[in-house]
Amino acid sequence: MTQSNHYDAIVIGAGPAGLTAGIYLSRAKLNTLILNHGTVGGQLVLTHEIANYPGVEPTSGYKLASTMKKQAQSFGAVIKTISQIPQISVDGSLKVVKVGDTSYTASALILTPGGTPRMLGVKGELDFKGQGISYCATCDGEFFTGKEIIVVGGGNSALEEAVSLSKYASKVTIVHQFDHFQAFPAYVEEAKANPKINFIMETLVEEFVGDGKLERVLLHDKKTGERKWFNTEGAFIFIGYQPNTEFLKGLIDLNERDEIVVDADMQTSVAGIFAAGDSIAKRYRQVTTAVGEATIAALAAANHVFELKRTEKVTA
Amino acid sequence: MTLDTNLTHIASADEWKKILEENENVMICCGRMGPMCIPVYGIMEELEDEYKHVKFADMLFDLPDAAVIRNAPEAKGFMGLPFTMYYKNGKVVKATSSIQSMEQVRAILDEQFGKPQN
Ligand SMILES: Cc1cc2nc3c(=O)[nH]c(=O)nc-3n(C[C@H](O)[C@H](O)[C@H](O)COP(=O)(O)OP(=O)(O)OC[C@H]3O[C@@H](n4cnc5c(N)ncnc54)[C@H](O)[C@@H]3O)c2cc1C
Repeated sequence: MTQSNHYDAIVIGAGPAGLTAGIYLSRAKLNTLILNHGTVGGQLVLTHEIANYPGVEPTSGYKLASTMKKQAQSFGAVIKTISQIPQISVDGSLKVVKVGDTSYTASALILTPGGTPRMLGVKGELDFKGQGISYCATCDGEFFTGKEIIVVGGGNSALEEAVSLSKYASKVTIVHQFDHFQAFPAYVEEAKANPKINFIMETLVEEFVGDGKLERVLLHDKKTGERKWFNTEGAFIFIGYQPNTEFLKGLIDLNERDEIVVDADMQTSVAGIFAAGDSIAKRYRQVTTAVGEATIAALAAANHVFELKRTEKVTA
Repeated sequence: MTLDTNLTHIASADEWKKILEENENVMICCGRMGPMCIPVYGIMEELEDEYKHVKFADMLFDLPDAAVIRNAPEAKGFMGLPFTMYYKNGKVVKATSSIQSMEQVRAILDEQFGKPQN
């Protein structure tokens, strides 16, 4: 390992939380590296218009993320795009991040890997992505004009998007695994009042098939155990987000939903490892909450680094 | 009208033709500023410096001239934005629809145009 691979702090993820942490750490004159897998800006770049970021006129998420990136870089933070998932270990007070053949070390680590849309994970799902299976009604709804489609899920997005898809599709069937919805009552009522929307409850989607494009889905009725094929040319999947924390298993404490458990200083179960944003255990996932937590995490991490430097000097 | 990205924009069928004539390896992402498309533009922006032997560009799906991509035989059956086309010497060598990961884009670039020489 070369000397240049040692940083005061390393941030994993460059969404709004990671970029905020980068801004605070580098502004505190800490040598900071941000390692990001995916698009810089994270889910923020997916937001067509962000209208609830205080002090900023409604703007595109893409623009706001670009500004955050430039701001972090202007204070000296180094942003590196990585194609492999980092492996993290702890060596005394040193945190070691291995990406492929390269090892980086730091006194403090801030984890901000965010979340990604949950996939069903069933046979055929990947094969028909973009050829009948979609995760975005506003993007792909028009391709299903006059066609019969299904919407998988029972939360707010599933019901809201089913209503919006009914403008294009001839019929929308919501397939949900439970006998009740997790969505707000207003969304459920709106969907139920829509004559184009049908419901199949307590049913799982088990397989997607077709010749080049989606033609049928295999449904499994949980009550009767019966499996039957359902003809459809489109399936929209809205089953929530999952935290990107698979690579952290065994390193720090995660809860039963695989979210990172943190204390009031955003410190994880390991001293010197902090976390912020959508991947932590919390109720509200917004850009403002992500940047707020990242501020706390960065200040606490900076404190941790300065404290380590001070004790090293004292003992030297 | 063009997309709000930092990539080279293609605003007409003539510009599309010129880019294909002037570049051996071309990747064009044709979409909108939506959640399935933006990650692909982001990936292209990240890879642009690395894959110097590839010309990266985007085109607004809603332009009438984007028919050159929308109606391409290789995009027949596509039902998810963006439509991403890879051209070698003006010919389509690969086409994908909907969101793609960095790994998927890299794999196609490496396979069709060769890995970047650093
Ligand atoms: C369509 C949409 C619209 C939204 N609209 C709004 C809105 O209007 N207002 C609002 O406040 N919020 C909105 N949100 C929510 C908001 O975008 C998120 O709460 C916020 O982006 C979370 O920030 P984050 O930094 O924690 O995570 P993310 O934005 O998810 O960023 C995490 C980053 O880490 C990277 N990463 C993941 N794993 C690794 C790894 N192993 N190594 C390195 N990097 C990794 C990811 O690729 C990503 O770049 C919206 C979300 C979506 C999807």
